[in-house]
Amino acid sequence: MNARSDSTSDQLPTDTLDPQGLADQAGSVGIVTPEKIHFAEPLTLECNRTLPSFDLMVETYGTLNQDKSNAILICHALSGSHHAAGYYSHDDKKAGWWDNMIGPNKAIDTNQFYVVCVNNIGSCFGSTGPTTINPDTLDQADGSEPQVYGPDFPLITIKDWVKTQALLSDRLGIDVWHAIVGGSMGGMQALQWSVDYPDRLKRCVIIASTPKLSAQNIAFNEVARQSILSDPDFKDGRYIQAGTYPRRGLILARMVGHITYLTDDAMKAKFGRDLKSGKFMYGYDVEFQVESYLRYQGERFSKNFDANTYLLMTKALDYFDPTRDYANYANTADDIAIDDSLATSINNEHTGSDHTAEHSDDTDSQLELSALKSALAHTKCQYLVVSFTTDWRFAPERSQEIVDALMATGKPVSYINVDAPHGHDSFLFDIPRYMGAIKGFLTAPFMTTNMAGTGERS
Amino acid sequence: MRMDHQLAERWIAPQSHVLDLGCGNGELLAHLQQKLGVTGYGLEIDEDKINEAISKGLSIVEQDLNDGLARFADDSFDTVVMARALQAVKAPDVLLLDMLRVAREAVITFPNFAHWQNRIHLGLKGLMPVSEALPYEWYNTPNIHLCTFKDFEQLCAEHDIHIINRFAVSDSEKGHSPLMTSLIRQAPNLLADVAIYRVTKRKPA
Repeated sequence: MNARSDSTSDQLPTDTLDPQGLADQAGSVGIVTPEKIHFAEPLTLECNRTLPSFDLMVETYGTLNQDKSNAILICHALSGSHHAAGYYSHDDKKAGWWDNMIGPNKAIDTNQFYVVCVNNIGSCFGSTGPTTINPDTLDQADGSEPQVYGPDFPLITIKDWVKTQALLSDRLGIDVWHAIVGGSMGGMQALQWSVDYPDRLKRCVIIASTPKLSAQNIAFNEVARQSILSDPDFKDGRYIQAGTYPRRGLILARMVGHITYLTDDAMKAKFGRDLKSGKFMYGYDVEFQVESYLRYQGERFSKNFDANTYLLMTKALDYFDPTRDYANYANTADDIAIDDSLATSINNEHTGSDHTAEHSDDTDSQLELSALKSALAHTKCQYLVVSFTTDWRFAPERSQEIVDALMATGKPVSYINVDAPHGHDSFLFDIPRYMGAIKGFLTAPFMTTNMAGTGERS
Repeated sequence: MRMDHQLAERWIAPQSHVLDLGCGNGELLAHLQQKLGVTGYGLEIDEDKINEAISKGLSIVEQDLNDGLARFADDSFDTVVMARALQAVKAPDVLLLDMLRVAREAVITFPNFAHWQNRIHLGLKGLMPVSEALPYEWYNTPNIHLCTFKDFEQLCAEHDIHIINRFAVSDSEKGHSPLMTSLIRQAPNLLADVAIYRVTKRKPA
């Protein structure tokens, strides 16, 4: 599997951006080599299944200082990998997915910080996931061939990933991270870290993210999943054994996902209604440039990504809810029962009920704020929350929910809403204001995190 | 440090929780944090100032003050500070009441439109005033709701807002001389160019 992935997309040209930005004065981390780290101990997951052991693919940049206080963890998004910065060889033309953010003198300065990026389990870039050999199929009495996990790989949650990242921290000897940084789904991991391991990070950077997915977010994920699940080549997730590949499903899934990463304006600027051949062909072949672009992106993605991983990642997004463990959240009717594997969820796909309860906006948002407040009440880090004005996948309002809950519990938080035209994808762009805020936040003096205020002050 | 900042500091209790509206580069908030152990947040809209304040380790949230303070619960803070922003918001009266909802006290500074220089500009020259405290032309000023000390006190009276302290200062050098200080005390609405008020909605104890 090709490890050169991008976070959500890397397709928009970067040459037109930030002519005077940090990238010009800043360098590259150069040639990097990923490392596979084996964890021999069993890992019990939120779904109550256990992986007997697992591997994590890791890349590091910069140097860990003597007291191990300069480490920054990077959490990747849906289709990302451990390859966040640098190149694999001198001929390698494509840098890591966050190369404009991480490097010498860049916003996450590798002259100053030791940067760690890990590929999450369940992914398909070398860490244990659906394309890994299932240990249960080794040394079969009937002499049958070992099989990959495929759809038998357990469903993973954001909380599970954070747990594996904490185990990695132990292995690296890092007790406290200087900062944990992530965009989109990576931001969810950073947020979950601050809730689950409050003593193990000093700063938390949550970019283009959300405290939980909205019904619309889940709906888009469901369209993506159905595209894959309904592809005849999917073979209930056992396409590797069947010698097929749900290419069309994966292409469709990526196409719909990709639309949600961009904006109407960005698409208009890039493609408008331009026709490939300059005239109507009165058929269903590619005619408009935007169709050509989406198909190309889908095709390319389908070659680099595993369909079971895509299903699993979208499910992890849907399940994300850092308030789940916090008591006074009385939303039990909507509580999520986690299926214990992709296979079960695939088999159950047609049994979904038509039940739709009416939700009052005000009560729901009040409940959500109070739930988020209880989850965040015991956190100890300083937060930087970043949103982008044109992001409609995880809109600025969603970031502001995190900010409001943090302020209501008296936690140190800064927030910027960056005006950028690229929609959700903006977090991958070199935008001076955005990079400047990250740099300033990471290098600022650490102020007290014990604010006096917790709401009532009369 | 600016004169009005120094004065605001006198009226803010050590270790208290403060919201700074239009906090700029965080100069006042940083000072209060270091000197008085104050905690709190700054709201600001200027991108460069926000980044500068963040790099000081302050908690700064990007927000337009015209959007109001609905995101904050009642009595979330001990004091809300607003330095020279009241005259630039769309609804100063609404914001003032909102400030006194989220905090027990508000410390507010604003330029005095009735300052003698302004009166000369308008009364004699027939021109919109331009001065040290009001350095803009009529067509590019962000100060859309300028008022005088008297105007502000009238607004307070109308809304049952109690003025705990007020202080009138002149930002320019000559304002610091003892003679000028005593003259300002006699006729603040004429001689002072900046006012600092400490107000509350609570009944005085």
